Amino acid sequence: MEFAFTEEQEMIRDTAEAFLAEVSTSEAVRSAMATEAGYDAELWQRICGEMYWQAIHIPEEYGGMGLGYVEVVAMMEQMGRYLLCSPFFATVCQGANALLLAGSDEQKTHWLGKLCEGGLTATIASNGGVSSWGPESVTATWRRDGDAYVLDGSYRYVIDGHTAQLIVVAAREVGSEEESGISLFLLPADTPGLSREWLPTMDQTRKQAALSLDGVRLEADALLGDAGSGWAVLSQVQDLAAIALAAEQVGGCQQLLDSAVEYTSERVQFGRTIASFQAVKHKAADMMLLTEVARSAIYYAACVAQEALQGTELAAELPEAASVVKSYCSDAYFAIAGDTLQLHGGVGFTWEYDVHLYFKRAKSSEQLLGNGTQHRERLAAQLLDAEDAA
Amino acid sequence: MKLSFSPEDEKFREEIAGWLSQNLTGEFEKLKYRGGPGDEHMYPQERQGWEKKLAEGGWTCVGWPEEHGGRGCSIEQQVIFFEEYARAGAPGRVGHIGEGLAGPTIIAFGTEEQKRKYLPGIVAGTELWCQGYSEPSAGSDLANVKTKARFDQAKGKWIINGQKVWTSLAHESDYCFVIARTDPDSVAHKGLGFFLIKMDQPGIDVRPIEQITGTSEFNEVFFDDAECDATDIVGAPGEGWKVAMGLLGFERGVSTLGQQMQFQNELDEVVKVAKSNGAASDPVIRQRIAKAHAELKIMRYNAMRMLSGQSGSDGSLQKEALIYKLFWATWHRSLGELAMDVMGPECEILEGGPYELSRLQSMYLFVRSDTIYGGTNQIQRNIIAERGLGMPKEPKGKAV
Ligand SMILES: Cc1cc2nc3c(=O)[nH]c(=O)nc-3n(C[C@H](O)[C@H](O)[C@H](O)COP(=O)(O)OP(=O)(O)OC[C@H]3O[C@@H](n4cnc5c(N)ncnc54)[C@H](O)[C@@H]3O)c2cc1C
Repeated sequence: MEFAFTEEQEMIRDTAEAFLAEVSTSEAVRSAMATEAGYDAELWQRICGEMYWQAIHIPEEYGGMGLGYVEVVAMMEQMGRYLLCSPFFATVCQGANALLLAGSDEQKTHWLGKLCEGGLTATIASNGGVSSWGPESVTATWRRDGDAYVLDGSYRYVIDGHTAQLIVVAAREVGSEEESGISLFLLPADTPGLSREWLPTMDQTRKQAALSLDGVRLEADALLGDAGSGWAVLSQVQDLAAIALAAEQVGGCQQLLDSAVEYTSERVQFGRTIASFQAVKHKAADMMLLTEVARSAIYYAACVAQEALQGTELAAELPEAASVVKSYCSDAYFAIAGDTLQLHGGVGFTWEYDVHLYFKRAKSSEQLLGNGTQHRERLAAQLLDAEDAA
Repeated sequence: MKLSFSPEDEKFREEIAGWLSQNLTGEFEKLKYRGGPGDEHMYPQERQGWEKKLAEGGWTCVGWPEEHGGRGCSIEQQVIFFEEYARAGAPGRVGHIGEGLAGPTIIAFGTEEQKRKYLPGIVAGTELWCQGYSEPSAGSDLANVKTKARFDQAKGKWIINGQKVWTSLAHESDYCFVIARTDPDSVAHKGLGFFLIKMDQPGIDVRPIEQITGTSEFNEVFFDDAECDATDIVGAPGEGWKVAMGLLGFERGVSTLGQQMQFQNELDEVVKVAKSNGAASDPVIRQRIAKAHAELKIMRYNAMRMLSGQSGSDGSLQKEALIYKLFWATWHRSLGELAMDVMGPECEILEGGPYELSRLQSMYLFVRSDTIYGGTNQIQRNIIAERGLGMPKEPKGKAV
């Protein structure tokens, strides 16, 4: 047991932080978020070419750096802190994870190779516009036509779906229900029958899209994993993504806490800095508690995620770890964002100050991949609905 | 960063688990899940017998250095020890104040003579200790102690006068460590001394205080010309505050992991009740149980982070350690409320007269103290804001 970053991991984190502090400034975020693509293509090229972040946890045999999910989580924390607008989350924590878990050796060599080379962006489309993220959220369908597959249906909440070059889509066999019949397919963005539309969002720092498939015909080699058993993979990918998202939430918590302390230490009312009032200090102390506890949570989940990717000892704990952190971090980020806004008073309500960017990001990442209530219900089912008494 | 323990550590786990399963039997069987906060009045004699049994097996003071009679266990092994101890349902330790607070303080700040005199009794489980810090006017404001220590040249002894309050287990203890004023004209944290005082002597009167649970674990302790040998002051006269604060640092140690296993036992019981009485189908209860479960899980990793990391070079606590007390105390208090809500109206019904509480009822009442002792939630928040976030200090008031 060594529940702390190694020196190398610390270095990766510190390098990421220094780089992001320089490139993901408030102005950079604001100019990226105003575009439809939602990110600066030049910066993404720098991230891929100079920093090699897209390749961080991809095995060396496919051209990656061969590091682990702990490193991914450490990076995501910093990206959340600086609100980086980039296709990293969709590409690495969704697309690449799906390939890693279910891809054939050929698929991995081809797609992960392209990804590591730096050109490719990816994402996952699974949710047909449903408020939950269980198997019922997969509504698009597939049917066989000879050796090929024909897909129909629509998706919402697809992160970077209008710009990604590779889309992993989930669809269910016509007539199937619940977990059965779900399959995953690899869909290059230029596939005929695929149409994509940007969905403007309240949180402008993370772009979403709606996709529709109209009689999309795919050859057998587009199938990712085994036909009909895609839910097991999809739910694992969602859990891995939820853990990365939780890390991003923790980074946001830290940045907000720092800004609340800084602002209240400068703002004077009643002849004192407002930070000297106990009502303000106690609020800040509670924010720090939430932040540190959330951080301990994601480090634990990162270790479990790592084992899940390797199929080792703790792999079976992935769903629990994901629900534990996604519920805790979602609530923590939202609470801290709300309190930071409050502690800023009137200026907290302005477009000019960055607080609203975090406040909005907190809500968007809370709702993606299951909110706190949904994840707690998943935990409750596991704890309370098992047949044997505790 | 990794979560799993090494094969040697897992072997150690088997060793302690095996020892417990062979020894926590027979006369000790009835002690399972007994003792500890809220239940200290149960089987005090038998639990002292258990302390000695533990000592025979070499299972007291496992984290102490071997030269002081401990087992010299690594952090990992200590974690495992406390986890297995709680998992087995082994009883609350009556020796915990000596082992966790007095001993480490003597090891860190005491003289060779003090070490020789006091450490063996703690290791052997034969001498019990209590903590004499709080006074009627010194609780959160601990530096306001009024108890006086005057050096009597003729006798060659310190003479102690004053009153302590809320002294847990004073009635079972052989010794008490006391902070008292060595300089009568001093104020605040200056001019204090840290004394090791024998309880069984004429000048000491221990009066039990009845608690919210109807039982008595803490006491008032009156010192009326009580005596303390010249050699039994730890550190120099006037420097007691430094020692006292050093001791508070020992309060958050690996034993927190054992505490969590005990929390887990309690949560398991709440889950069992919820499944048996139908509360498990209430969506709000489900949310609260899941939340408690998630947070307990995270509490473990927060503690591991705290134990794995290094303190700041100035000895300051890491952030995860600073928030720890506030986190667990608040969590535990909520568990008490959850337990009652899961039980529903049945939570009111006592097991028997005159005031016999069930484990969950007693837990529910006793957890209200978790956010009070060892620094109240408010004081913890002050510490977090000031030391963790660098926010301004509370203005000091004039003495009233
Ligand atoms: C079960 C139990 C066991 C104990 N065992 C021991 C023991 O063995 N030995 C020992 O020495 N002591 C022991 N104590 C005492 C304990 O440490 C004190 O009760 C505690 O430090 C609080 O002090 P107080 O009771 O004087 O409350 P006070 O200090 O009077 O506080 C009353 C209220 O005012 C608030 N308050 C005080 N100061 C501030 C401030 N600056 N800002 C904001 N709010 C403030 C507090 O948070 C609290 O809510 C025990 C207490 C309990 C409940």
